[in-house]
Amino acid sequence: MSMQQIYLAIPLLPLLAAMIIGLFGKYLPRAAAHVVTIAGVAISFALSVYVLKDAMVSQPYNETVYSWLKSGNFSFEIGFLIDRLSAMMMVVVTFVSLMVHIYTIGYMHEDKGYARFFSYISLFTFSMLMLVMSNNFMQLFFGWEAVGLVSYLLIGFWYTRPTAIYANLKAFLVNRVGDFGFLLGIGLVLFHFGSLDYAAVFSVAPAMADTKINLIGNASWSLMTVTCILLFIGAMGKSAQVPLHVWLPDSMEGPTPISALIHAATMVTAGIFMVARMSPLFELSSTALSFVIVIGSITALFMGFLGIIQNDIKRVVAYSTLSQLGYMTVALGASAYSVAIFHLMTHAFFKALLFLGAGSVIMGMHHDQDIRNMGNLKKYMPITWITSLIGSLALIGTPLLSGFYSKDSIIEAAKFSTVAGSGFAYFAVLTGVFVTAFYSFRMYFLVFHGKEKWREVKHDAHHHDDHDEEHHHGLSPTDDPHEPGWVVKLPLILLAVPSLAIGYFAIEPMLFGDFFKGVIFVDAHAHPAMHELAHHWHTIFHSPVGMAVHGLMTLPFALAASGVVLAWFFYMKRPDIPAAIQAKFSMINQILENKYGFDSFNDRFFAAGSRFIGNKLWQIGDVKVIDGAMVNGTANLIGKLSGVVRKLQTGLIYHYAFAMIIGVFLMLSLGLLKI
Amino acid sequence: MLEYFLQHILSFSIWLPVLAGVLVLFTANDSKPNLTRWLALFGSVVSFLVTIPLYTHFNFADGGFQFQERFLWIMSFNIHYHLGADGIAIPLILLTSFTTVIVVISAWEVIEKRVAQYMASFLIMSGLMIGVFSTLDAILYYVFWEAMLIPMFLVIGIWGGPNRVYATVKFFLYTLLGSLLMLVAFIYMFHQTGSFAISDYYQLPLPLSVQVLIFLAFFAAFAVKIPMWPVHTWLPDAHVEAPTGGSVVLAAIALKLGGYSFLRFAMPIAPDAAHYLSGFMITLSLIAIVYIALVALVQKDMKKLIAYSSISHMGFVTLGFFIFNNLGLEGAVVQMISHGFISSAMFLCVGVLYDRVHSRQIDAYGGVANTMPAFAAFAVLFAMANSGLPGTSGFVGEFMVILGAIQVNFWYAFLASFTLIFGAAYTLWMVKRVFYGEVANANVQALKDLNKREFFILAILAILVLAVGIYPQPLTDMTNATVTQLLSHLANSKLPAGL
Repeated sequence: MSMQQIYLAIPLLPLLAAMIIGLFGKYLPRAAAHVVTIAGVAISFALSVYVLKDAMVSQPYNETVYSWLKSGNFSFEIGFLIDRLSAMMMVVVTFVSLMVHIYTIGYMHEDKGYARFFSYISLFTFSMLMLVMSNNFMQLFFGWEAVGLVSYLLIGFWYTRPTAIYANLKAFLVNRVGDFGFLLGIGLVLFHFGSLDYAAVFSVAPAMADTKINLIGNASWSLMTVTCILLFIGAMGKSAQVPLHVWLPDSMEGPTPISALIHAATMVTAGIFMVARMSPLFELSSTALSFVIVIGSITALFMGFLGIIQNDIKRVVAYSTLSQLGYMTVALGASAYSVAIFHLMTHAFFKALLFLGAGSVIMGMHHDQDIRNMGNLKKYMPITWITSLIGSLALIGTPLLSGFYSKDSIIEAAKFSTVAGSGFAYFAVLTGVFVTAFYSFRMYFLVFHGKEKWREVKHDAHHHDDHDEEHHHGLSPTDDPHEPGWVVKLPLILLAVPSLAIGYFAIEPMLFGDFFKGVIFVDAHAHPAMHELAHHWHTIFHSPVGMAVHGLMTLPFALAASGVVLAWFFYMKRPDIPAAIQAKFSMINQILENKYGFDSFNDRFFAAGSRFIGNKLWQIGDVKVIDGAMVNGTANLIGKLSGVVRKLQTGLIYHYAFAMIIGVFLMLSLGLLKI
Repeated sequence: MLEYFLQHILSFSIWLPVLAGVLVLFTANDSKPNLTRWLALFGSVVSFLVTIPLYTHFNFADGGFQFQERFLWIMSFNIHYHLGADGIAIPLILLTSFTTVIVVISAWEVIEKRVAQYMASFLIMSGLMIGVFSTLDAILYYVFWEAMLIPMFLVIGIWGGPNRVYATVKFFLYTLLGSLLMLVAFIYMFHQTGSFAISDYYQLPLPLSVQVLIFLAFFAAFAVKIPMWPVHTWLPDAHVEAPTGGSVVLAAIALKLGGYSFLRFAMPIAPDAAHYLSGFMITLSLIAIVYIALVALVQKDMKKLIAYSSISHMGFVTLGFFIFNNLGLEGAVVQMISHGFISSAMFLCVGVLYDRVHSRQIDAYGGVANTMPAFAAFAVLFAMANSGLPGTSGFVGEFMVILGAIQVNFWYAFLASFTLIFGAAYTLWMVKRVFYGEVANANVQALKDLNKREFFILAILAILVLAVGIYPQPLTDMTNATVTQLLSHLANSKLPAGL
């Protein structure tokens, strides 16, 4: 097989599997659903690993597959750009997808939509691969929207639940708001650069750095700033940055495997990937980078706070994802694109692990998701316990674990960044370390340690009481939770390995080696953070071990450790204290409970506002003015005129004769005048 | 034999469906409807097959009129039977003959009364509309243009809903009044040139004031047909009352008669006026895109919602025309074809529900996906296409027009892009209320999933929607030369020398 065929096979195999199962699944035995799709994604994964190995030694591949459309001087193509960035993304996507496929056999085994679910996640894998393998903006947008579609279908997978179908519509529309900016950004790129091909655009970009455009009156704006901010608005939708983050917590209505795959590890990182891919453009606008870093730090900090008060196990992890996406965005804003991608990768592993661990807990608890009903699960679910502990430790940045290397690098990058807003970003990411450690270990302790609280709860007290019985019956007080079978445990173990170790092995080549050479472009003069980081590495750390040892003496480690200790103290030793704080600061608690009011504002202002305007335009504009006054009005006017004319028809012959004479006279005089 | 056929292919395309329609009328006997149905199906399929060589024998490099036929019709007024089609007309002709097949199948056992008249109306209408797309003589065009109103009038008036009389009269008056002004414009130009040949009009120099008047006369006829805001209010009423087949033809083809005619008459005959009035036309288009989308959001009747959605999507067509670049114009043509598939499919979907429950109200449904899973899958696909999802045909035209518009003015593209949000909002909100959720009532509980006939037509449309979305180039290859030629024609002023 030539490399070209391999590149084609990688996305097409999952697509083929999705089509077979989606179209013919109901005629095939149940097991076919997972056999076919897992075979597809497993081969894709193996080929992706091969492609990554190949990309380490060979030049990037950049070729057109077919010409999609030609119009005038513009041509739009479907094509692949395979360099180390895309190859790495392909491996991450197919690996996490494979784990989730296997896990799903256990998680969904009772569900009547079994085949449909496998078809969707394979379709997702195809879409995500098309997104990361693209060599142009149009195909990127294709993949971008396609993953959005699958996300919509999967959030609403249990389509009889009102909350699920509310959440999927919300997710799609909020993402469309982001796409609105994204599409305009693509439009500006095509207009000013004459192409949508990455290579062509990036090669002319430096010459366009000082181009100005007029948008409002004669005020001139930097083309790069406008374009980059518009593109980034797209990233804000997909990667759930404030204020377009509102869809992600609600997306937890979908089955847990897709929360791991789509809403933690892969799709939501598409925005991060996109900005890193566009580094040659973003580097030309410090204003856009400032915008990026400020949005990222707001997301990192304020979404973390919300994680503290959540009681639904999935929502805690969801807010943690939001916060971590904020970290990645901060790295982008600091021009540390490789750090952002590095954190994207480590996060993909440990966050998928945490979600799948949460899913395992949910299965053990018979679909009760409230962490206040859990406790001491370590006794009953040892594998889930150990792997979740690894995931949590990686998340809070424990030295030597993968999250440590990526997260500390982000903090350092924010410290060294010079763009406006980086001071705030540094503060936000540092504070975030404490917050992350606190909410992660609050959840960890409540779930795996302490008293077995489900033995005390009454079953009508579930917070998920609006849900159907089938999925939320909860564990009865006399039952013990059980760890699910090997299809669930195996992915947990396989994800725990990279969560532990990938940072240690990858940091040096990815951040300080030439892994991303020629792929990610940084203007070291204008944005020195990455340069400083490398300097530190070479003068102080020297090696991953050095960095870990050094990390033990730094502020982030102290913050993380105190977060863990405080969580232990509050929730294991003195549970009365958090309750007292909650009572004492009820106003702050209320603000957090309301998620800062974004949802109610959007509902009242945008959703209700659009309906209000729509109703007015319809009832007044269409019905009253156009139909009432103009159309029917004209008809009425004609009716009235004909009434007048009718009066002329008197039935008296001399009236008619008189009228005729006047008419003849008029016509004659007209004729005479013309001659 | 083949040579003769190819020389007269446009005549065959027009008159075969008309002939088939007349033959079907002879079988008018409701006690033996199956004979009528099979005859109508045979007629429509043959009529469709006849149009296929228009694609296979098309010269892609030639932007002018191909497959021309010309002979004298009425000597005293120099009126010719002159046919010819270019890269813009042929996709629309194919769409017409194809849609007629779909309509015949969709009516199969749904229409039980006066089957022959119903089928004949659509077959005859198909021929007349192909006539509109393929004549190069103004009077012949006018005859086809007006004649196609009659079967449509009958379809809505006879097989329509309870308020059909109001709707038909509104539809008829709106469109008739508009076309009268167009006739005046033709007569004026006949006086100037002594000819009704469109090609003569293309060469006729005209001062700007006259061009503006001519343009506005055409505008009155075409804007009603498309329809553009604010002369759109006949469309929702007509759709609501029309039977499913009538809605399909109305949305898929009748609206395109207006769009096509802008490109055939108004713009090339009065290019200076087209430029002069482009701001006005763009404004109306953008109002259609944004205003109408908001109106669509609050509709309670599914057919009204889709009708408003059609108006909003046609706003992209007129926007694409008046930004005067390749992307915009070709995007507009692609949008017309794509809208033909998607709106047909959406109306057929409403028809599927209406045939079972006899209600078009959104709140009469809920949880349909539980009882009709296959149907729900199609509906979600078409809804996504209607929302302009990449990979479906709905994306291509909008994408091209937005990228074309941004080159003229950033804010045109900005306003047009609102469709990304509102288009998804009104379509998917309807999907949510109709298809998702628990089974809402006994009617929904009793629903049976698609039968083979319904599955077949929705599957064909789904394949087309995806095919155009994944590989639109064959379509733009057809339009490319014609659009380029049209743009260069439009770039040349027709003002008389010395003015």
